[in-house]
Amino acid sequence: MSGICRYTLEERVVHWTSAITYCYALATGLAFYTPHLYWVAAVLGGAVTSRFWHPIVALVFLASLAWTLRAWTGDMRITAADRQWGRAVGRYITNDDESLPPSDRFNLGQKYFFWVMVWGGAGLAVSGAILWFPKMIPWNLRFLRDAGVLVHVTCALITIGAFIIHVYMGTAMVRGGFTSIIRGEVSPAWAQLHHRLWYQRVIGK
Amino acid sequence: MSNLRIQKISGHSGAPPGQGAQRQEQVAKLIDTTTCIGCKACEVACMEWNDLPFRETSFDNTYQTMPDMAWNYWTLIRFDEHTHADGSFQWLMRKDGCMHCADPGCLAACPADGAIVQYQNGIVDFQQDNCIGCQYCVIGCPFNVPKFNPHTKRVFKCTLCSDRVAQGLEPACIKACPTGCLHFGTKDDMKALGESRAQQLRDQSGFDHAGVYDPAGVGGTSVMYVLHDITNTEFYGGLPPDPRVPMTVRLWKGPLKWLGSLAMIGGLIGVTLHYLRYGPKTVPQPAKGDAPGGSQ
Repeated sequence: MSGICRYTLEERVVHWTSAITYCYALATGLAFYTPHLYWVAAVLGGAVTSRFWHPIVALVFLASLAWTLRAWTGDMRITAADRQWGRAVGRYITNDDESLPPSDRFNLGQKYFFWVMVWGGAGLAVSGAILWFPKMIPWNLRFLRDAGVLVHVTCALITIGAFIIHVYMGTAMVRGGFTSIIRGEVSPAWAQLHHRLWYQRVIGK
Repeated sequence: MSNLRIQKISGHSGAPPGQGAQRQEQVAKLIDTTTCIGCKACEVACMEWNDLPFRETSFDNTYQTMPDMAWNYWTLIRFDEHTHADGSFQWLMRKDGCMHCADPGCLAACPADGAIVQYQNGIVDFQQDNCIGCQYCVIGCPFNVPKFNPHTKRVFKCTLCSDRVAQGLEPACIKACPTGCLHFGTKDDMKALGESRAQQLRDQSGFDHAGVYDPAGVGGTSVMYVLHDITNTEFYGGLPPDPRVPMTVRLWKGPLKWLGSLAMIGGLIGVTLHYLRYGPKTVPQPAKGDAPGGSQ
């Protein structure tokens, strides 16, 4: 049995950097989002600590996101094959994978997730900078401050939706996926089933 | 202050403890800008009573002490030398500071439990012990009042001398005003006093547009002004004509909060149901000798 390298060590390190920093920003952000989750900040060392680290940890998340963008943009371009796959997504949802059009290294869902995180992350970065330093925005441009709160919470909610699906699929739904982002390898049968075009590319067929 | 009942708490789930348990008069400060001489006794009294450190003043060719309030400078006479259309001058002086809104934008925006409270008497007070330094109050305030101390990462503003008021005293600035342009009492009394003064200005002093500034957009304020010209509030150091809590803060703390919470809970329920209905995706075991690879 020979595994196929799906994620390099570097990719895995960056993925888990993103994952941990995103989860921290998510948990502390939710604490400030609703009084019903303010206790989360207490668990994480208090609200003052949470507020102090939230934007700093978020910077690490953004850096890892930028690295991922640079490394994966090529793999994440949406192709004609993806659109075909997208039309048949019902079969993916019902686990009828064998009759799906083939995908490359990432399927359309993964590509959407990636672009949601990239654009959501960009929105969070810009609005977050405003919320971090509101006084940098002069009083007569305060509509930018006002927009900042709305953009920040909207982008956060959109990425949370994507994140829930991502975690569900990566851990529970797609068996082998979680192992691949830990150990970096998948079985040829797994690659053939889920990413046939990529499989054919890497084994040189 | 312990004997001031709280009616609103920032970042708090559920009603404030003790809400409605006591009868307490709405208090208010009335600032008659038409009798203010810009002496700044109120600025000094504020620093004295609150033990604020003295700081350098700056000279900008006007009568104003410094460009803006600061985290340790809570009230400031804003000075404007206004030129009217007929070429005449008028010195407009407005004692700026927290307006103590009935519907405070700072409190609406604040995520920290108990960092901003509104007492039943209408005073809006920052509780620095509970403040987390996020500065959302800075964004929520339509009057640009809360000031951030970058060193301690806490936000400060006028307390309306809640400590004095709790003991039945008037705020320190009121005590110091030599012309009597500052008044303190119940909101109803101050409103009536302001209206009668505005009436006097209209009838006897030729200020046809004199009026009381008690903006409805923030539910009224516990700090009110008598202005010579209520139709041009912005002449008075940029006093907004129709201040409102930013619509985005309302959306964020209203529909986006419960819709977002519902969506997150719905998402978690959705993926759980999906798993129960369809289960995991498994890779079919290839038959023995099947090329290529093998099973995992």
